[in-house]
Amino acid sequence: MSNPAQTPAQPITFKRNAREALADPQLRRNFRGAMDFLMDKRRSQFPDGDELERLRAFGNRVRARALSKLPELLERLDANLSRNGVRVHWAETVEEANAIVHGIVERHAAKKIIKGKSMVSEEMEMNHYLGDRGVDCLESDMGEFIVQLREEKPAHIIMPAIHLNAGQVAQLFHDKLDVDYTEDVDRLIQIGRETLRRKFFEADIGVSGVNFAIAETGTLLLVENEGNGRMSTTVPPVHIAVTGIEKVVENLRDVIPLLSLLTRSATGQAITTYVNMISSPRKADELDGPQEVHLVLLDNGRSQAFADGELRQTLNCIRCGACMNHCPVYTRIGGHAYGTVYPGPIGKIITPHMLGLETTRDLPTASSMCGACGEVCPVKIPIPSLLRRLREEAVRPPAAEPHHMRGQGAKYSKKETMIWKAWRKLNTSPGLYRAAMYAGTRLRGLMPANIGPWTEHRSAPKPAARTLHELAREHLGDQ
Amino acid sequence: MSHLPSAPANATRVAPPLESGRAYPAKPADVYLFGTCVVDVFFPGAGMDAIRLLEREGVRVHFPQAQSCCGQPAYTSGYTDEAREVARAQLALFAGEWPVVVPSGSCAGMFRHHYFELFKDEPETLEQVESLAERTFELAEFLLEVCKVRLEDGGAPVKVALHTSCSARREMNTHLHGRALLAQLAGVERVDHDHESECCGFGGSFSVRMPDISGAMVRDKTAALKGSGAAEVVSADCGCLLNINGCFEKQGDALRGEHLASFLLRRTSSAAQGGTK
Ligand code: SF4
Repeated sequence: MSNPAQTPAQPITFKRNAREALADPQLRRNFRGAMDFLMDKRRSQFPDGDELERLRAFGNRVRARALSKLPELLERLDANLSRNGVRVHWAETVEEANAIVHGIVERHAAKKIIKGKSMVSEEMEMNHYLGDRGVDCLESDMGEFIVQLREEKPAHIIMPAIHLNAGQVAQLFHDKLDVDYTEDVDRLIQIGRETLRRKFFEADIGVSGVNFAIAETGTLLLVENEGNGRMSTTVPPVHIAVTGIEKVVENLRDVIPLLSLLTRSATGQAITTYVNMISSPRKADELDGPQEVHLVLLDNGRSQAFADGELRQTLNCIRCGACMNHCPVYTRIGGHAYGTVYPGPIGKIITPHMLGLETTRDLPTASSMCGACGEVCPVKIPIPSLLRRLREEAVRPPAAEPHHMRGQGAKYSKKETMIWKAWRKLNTSPGLYRAAMYAGTRLRGLMPANIGPWTEHRSAPKPAARTLHELAREHLGDQ
Repeated sequence: MSHLPSAPANATRVAPPLESGRAYPAKPADVYLFGTCVVDVFFPGAGMDAIRLLEREGVRVHFPQAQSCCGQPAYTSGYTDEAREVARAQLALFAGEWPVVVPSGSCAGMFRHHYFELFKDEPETLEQVESLAERTFELAEFLLEVCKVRLEDGGAPVKVALHTSCSARREMNTHLHGRALLAQLAGVERVDHDHESECCGFGGSFSVRMPDISGAMVRDKTAALKGSGAAEVVSADCGCLLNINGCFEKQGDALRGEHLASFLLRRTSSAAQGGTK
């Protein structure tokens, strides 16, 4: 593998993005309202806590089993899809994946692509890549369509335009689509649909994501609510599905609990409007469907996570978005502030594998470790422990020999390491500890009133006049 | 734990975790108190009140003077080796069979859950770790489940909001114990606040590394606590209190959170009349 660390990209300016987002009251209101709504919806889907726990444990086992034989399942998937007439392509990097897609596009001399929602294609920045090569990619998912019109990235993995309210969409449509200003949501949806419908029939190629790739039968399963996914996978003559290698499951039976967890955790729906299962291109006796179906399997750092027994759990993710819906940090700053394709808790643990810790070193620390994400994750990914592990990787002294975690030591600081060594000395030397705390309480008058940004929102903590050690000794004697 | 009040459906936005099914021992004659470093320096009164509450239940309290910190600050910052050595020092101090009572959900959670991770490669230490985890109780949990405390309220009627820490809620499963204790106080009306199950934004080093985000969280938390109409705020976690009280003070608000131990003792001490049976 080439060494991507040679020219380190600029670190993501997470803190600055967050500060800007926090200063935007409209954005704060939009997210708070949307997340509260989604949390309530999810809760209403799981009235029985015991049942939810059983289902989560089941979902976790299904995913863990699939991952435990990932290479084997991928081979079976490849074999069975190929047998069904689907062409399978493997890509280690996003560049490779884009080149594969572009190759298909060129072979068909395609000019127009219609896309269903696909986070992996966002990961690839496919629109941009193909756009530069004269190919027009139009997003057909309503949310994606809206963020595309705004020349933005999705703010959420399930609801790409969740950061906007109806008024903002109304203004956008009025400006960009030349329609009368209306905040009527039904009308807005209609406007979007009318615009999109025409495009389906003009498209040469349809692109979609995949929710589950089923190894045993060679089936690609895709859930969606708007019908756009179905249109983009059936109307154009060529269909390209793109997915991460971790989305494979063993058999159809495994899909049942996962699907039930996915939709209920994501939008609080018992099931989505459409469940598409693609097993082959159009057969001789069939009236519709693409003549050619391709699957691009993308690695992009996933096998790095896979290589580590603990970090591997990251790949359990079924991309429901519940962790971001329940994350107090995401709720405050929204998806764009993360500067990454996957925002929120899952973004903080998956993105370092994709981009390396050099550019993402602030992400694992952007959590109060409150545990809300881990509590709701339908497949029981221990997100807080994985965050902690990535923090450890980030502050670990950069090793002389290469380590499997890209960017290990990116946050290493001699000074901080010294501070923690001193802290350890203090807390393992009882006499020293008591003397220091004694001094701290006696010198409390000298505590600065301002200790950096902490005191922007809070007054400085003030030590008490005497420590508990002293008071307890007085009361209980020396022990 | 049928005597625990259940959470009203709308009080939290996250379903409470499942019943831990923890088995509780009979009330012992002796316990250790692990004071925690934040209590030691910033809320020693809360630590003393915890000791007094336990003593009132007829339990002898031992406070090993060599104790310091549970190791959590280093642990969550990724300095695992440093955390392990500090943890090792505590392990040695709290050996034996006495329960270890902790007036803080997060440090109790560290003992109960995270020491396993710290010592996973040291089988010879794991036995000690297991013993400590078994014997560790959060204060409210211990008072209610082990001491079976019965509180008699001697205070005037008051509305109180209870802030539970994330670790009490998600690691220790003790967020309902504080409620149950408050429910024993006749004059206390516990009021819910908005987004009760949401983090106050402290998170130890998080509040230092991400002060803006943490600041937005604590501002919302103090606004929700105020919005509940409560005249007093209590919490069983001094980290949260450090953050929440600092924010109240910064905003010129007179409201201050108090540790649950101090509140309970104050309401039930002989000065307020009453006492326990
Ligand atoms: S980490 Fe869990 S909660 Fe978050 S998107 Fe993935 S499956 Fe959903």
